[in-house]
Amino acid sequence: MAYSDKARDFYQKELLDIREGGLFKEERYIHSPQGVNVDVEFPADSPPKKVINFCANNYLGLSSHPEVVGAAHKGLDARGYGMSSVRFICGTQDIHRELENKLTKFLETEDTILFPSCMDANGGFFEAVLTKDDIMIADRLVHASVIDGMRLCSAQRDSYKHSDMKHLESKLGQYKDARFRMVITDGVFSMDGDIAKLDEICELADKYDAMVMVDDSHSTGFMGKHGKGTHEHCGVLGRIDAITTTLGKALGGASGGCVSGRKELVEMCRQRARPYLFSNTMPPVIVAAASTVVDLISQTTERRDKLEWNTKYFREKMTSAGFDIREGVHPIVPIMLYNAKLAQDMARDLFQEGIYVIGFFFPVVAKGQARIRVQLSAAHEKEHLDKAIAAFTKIGKKYDILGKGKDDIIAMYGL
Amino acid sequence: MGMKELIIDYVKDEYLEEGDETEINEGTPLISSGIVDSFSMVSLKMFLEKTYNISIPDERATTEAFDSVNGIISLVKEFAPGAE
Repeated sequence: MAYSDKARDFYQKELLDIREGGLFKEERYIHSPQGVNVDVEFPADSPPKKVINFCANNYLGLSSHPEVVGAAHKGLDARGYGMSSVRFICGTQDIHRELENKLTKFLETEDTILFPSCMDANGGFFEAVLTKDDIMIADRLVHASVIDGMRLCSAQRDSYKHSDMKHLESKLGQYKDARFRMVITDGVFSMDGDIAKLDEICELADKYDAMVMVDDSHSTGFMGKHGKGTHEHCGVLGRIDAITTTLGKALGGASGGCVSGRKELVEMCRQRARPYLFSNTMPPVIVAAASTVVDLISQTTERRDKLEWNTKYFREKMTSAGFDIREGVHPIVPIMLYNAKLAQDMARDLFQEGIYVIGFFFPVVAKGQARIRVQLSAAHEKEHLDKAIAAFTKIGKKYDILGKGKDDIIAMYGL
Repeated sequence: MGMKELIIDYVKDEYLEEGDETEINEGTPLISSGIVDSFSMVSLKMFLEKTYNISIPDERATTEAFDSVNGIISLVKEFAPGAE
């Protein structure tokens, strides 16, 4: 047996260290479809509790939408369950290309290629289009999958301070001798819900002859007047060279992702992106459902409009209640608590009140930046929001943090 | 300004956000502590090469070598023996 006692002891010790460091992640079992009202078994083996979900990326409330589920059933019947192939051997159906075309039209780009996930899109994109003669300059808070993709690429790497355009400009100036420069950012940053300054980034990119790549996973489907994403919100439609995004959040929430942008960059991914070449095709059932999702959000902005209303209402009411909230317009609403234990304790108490939220702390966010991240959905009704605001207020009073800012909370609870 | 002060100033300016009062001295862990992200180490390398007119081979510009100002000074002195 090659799995020696030495190996077992090593891994047991590692796992213990993770647990003792407060970083052990435990799954919570949901006994219902994903949605606003979910039945959650937590802690393990306890009877499922009915709670209102405020921690899913179900921004448009389409995860269990009847039309989407219906489309999945139809897709399953019409095109089967699996393809047993990568895309380029015998894993591409008409509906795969149809979905790619619909996404191209919706995002107003030149072409699109599907990946099994956006993690895979980010993992494969850079290596497929850049070489050691090029430089990638990324915002320091880009998603982990973007960082992983950059690591897999032989191009030079540098970063700029988060959303600091002066710093980005100095970096672009430093690398003017590189063959290609690529500025890399998230459209919306997942922990604070803040939005990249894509208008300024595009201006700098024009000035310094750089390409722009945006991971728009927390934006596609609802940011901008027609929900096209951060590029619409910032008024730069058609100026982003590559957008990566996910079908696993607002767009139905199952799985899958894509690279959408300049047709040559997309074609390079089709020829060279390893997660595309060496990973199974997206299953027909998900492609069929995602295709219906793109139809739904192309036909009406009703759902993104409702999400916008919910976001404004919740942010205003929570601010009035005395919570310290990062300002913004995004349905990610960070309730700042600064202290890791306070964030965990409040999230636990809120769960008992029927509100499902999660505390985030170091290393997921910077030290001293612990918070509860609330995520709103178009499926939330005003009564859901009011229940959450009432529960937050009750628990906020318990911990005496209402009306208190960063310094006061840190003085009471420490960092 | 000596090499130590020059490098500390560069690190503060390049890597700390405005208003961040984190103390950085010659022994402060830079990369392992998260102050310097391994991606932008390349700009620190470029700064050293330009300032001291040297060329540091990529295989020597490791995260270990760049993890403290002391480590960086040793590396620079190896390629620019007269630098102070």
